[in-house]
Amino acid sequence: MARSNAYPSKFLIAAGGMVYLFLYIPLAVVVLFSFNDSKLNAEWVGFTWKWYDKLFQNGDILHAAANSLIIAVISALLATILGTLAGLAIYRFRQKWLSALVLGPIAMPDILIGVSLLLMFILFNVTLGMTSIILAHVSFCIGFVALAVQSRLSGMDQSLVEAARDLGATPFQAFRLITLPLLKPGIIAGGMMAFTLSIDDFVITFFTAGVGSSTLPLEIYSMVKIAVTPEVNAVSTLLMLVTLVLITALSRISPTVLRN
Amino acid sequence: MPNRAERLSRILLSLPPGLYLLLLFAVPSLMMLFASFRFSGEYGGLAPWYYIEDGQFTLDLTLENWQRLFESDIYLGLLLKSLAYALATTLICVIMAYPLALMIARSKKRHRDLLLLLVILPFWSNFLVRIYAWMIIFSPQGALTAALNVVTSSLGLEPITLMFSGTAVIICLVYVHLPFMILPLYANLEKHDHRLLDAAQDLGANRFQCFWLITWPLSLPGIYAGAVLVFIPSLGIFAIPDLLGGTNGIMIGNVIKQQFVESRDWPFGSVLSLVLTAITLVLVLLAAKLGSPAGENNGKK
Repeated sequence: MARSNAYPSKFLIAAGGMVYLFLYIPLAVVVLFSFNDSKLNAEWVGFTWKWYDKLFQNGDILHAAANSLIIAVISALLATILGTLAGLAIYRFRQKWLSALVLGPIAMPDILIGVSLLLMFILFNVTLGMTSIILAHVSFCIGFVALAVQSRLSGMDQSLVEAARDLGATPFQAFRLITLPLLKPGIIAGGMMAFTLSIDDFVITFFTAGVGSSTLPLEIYSMVKIAVTPEVNAVSTLLMLVTLVLITALSRISPTVLRN
Repeated sequence: MPNRAERLSRILLSLPPGLYLLLLFAVPSLMMLFASFRFSGEYGGLAPWYYIEDGQFTLDLTLENWQRLFESDIYLGLLLKSLAYALATTLICVIMAYPLALMIARSKKRHRDLLLLLVILPFWSNFLVRIYAWMIIFSPQGALTAALNVVTSSLGLEPITLMFSGTAVIICLVYVHLPFMILPLYANLEKHDHRLLDAAQDLGANRFQCFWLITWPLSLPGIYAGAVLVFIPSLGIFAIPDLLGGTNGIMIGNVIKQQFVESRDWPFGSVLSLVLTAITLVLVLLAAKLGSPAGENNGKK
């Protein structure tokens, strides 16, 4: 009898292939219709760039895209600093309370984080806008950076630090010259993850955004609420392209982080 | 003094993120708990939680909001319906994720990373884009609805619409959360020792028995882990029912959003949010118990 258990059977390949189709057909439809010369996303009429042209003349979308970018860069920077500190603290001192605070926002459904922050911002008279969005994004991104840093730390050879100390390095020197350089890929991967999560976030932004601080996901939401138009397909396709580039970069830096 | 340096670094490392999350995660959660016992303000929001009359300080709190939850069966019904949707989503995710995860786990090592990346890729495209894709597919003018209605009319049945239904919501929930099931399941299946199956075959087990008696029980920790990652976010979602569900497909998340944004009844919105938080906490603790490493070491290479 052939030893087949180490290989996928024909049935598995067929079923798995169908699941891949389920994952990709909807996105392919979006991309395809972004080039379709018809206002309806129903049947193929002919090729056109006009939805992309329209997109780049749409001031609201461009403004929202700029907001998204600013928010994502600042949130990612702050979350990277705080998340790295948290990751180091949890790894070194095994602080359960910090671990719970860091993982809490990851475990909770987004809507709960969104509404509780909305409640607090209003009660504390924080004007809803870019600042409130950034404050909110940092709070749910810290955990992802901390996890990336922790996983890097646990894979690190601690004897290197001990060796440095034996050779006369101060704890700070050992950290700066040994730990930090080894940690760098984890920090960068965590930061990029924070950037992607921030630029992609819809739910928490929905509750913490104010007038004039619309982000790209919010803008897409209000567009599709009114009508399905190929302009949304065009912006979606561009977003996919950006994400693809980011993911490729991220997988180059740290292939394991994506899987956690 | 090493002890002092140690204490200093402990404070320097844990205080900034700890303080930040205390202020922007713990405090808002507690404020929401408090808000659930307050009266709602005249123009929405919250009424003051105390008043001072003749120099007398009086608390102005109530259990009304919590009573309202149980007064009519609308909200509990909606909660049950949301739980049912999330459960259906989780089960369909298990059925769809299993063959794919098993296929990847049994593929050649050098192909696995690429096959996994192909699973993750659509999941990194924007959440709203993925919902929007289904708005196109389910649209009444779309090819899918047309094709389905050719079938239904040839059978002499009423034409069907996919858009604005519970079915549309569940399909999209599955689409959005499927990678969360595939990844932990794969992580588990990848560790299985295929020689266990070889041995079972030698002892006369057929393919079904091999799967049901060996692979399936060993994969349960992976399924539990995936189930939490699918079930919890599915339960609280509001954008999918909002865009695909119409009036029939609304879930508890829609009502929470409505209380906070449209009707601005924050105390009651807080009650509903806290119920959702409680369910989430119970599920997370349950999963932590079920998925504990005790069951995970069997079948490792």
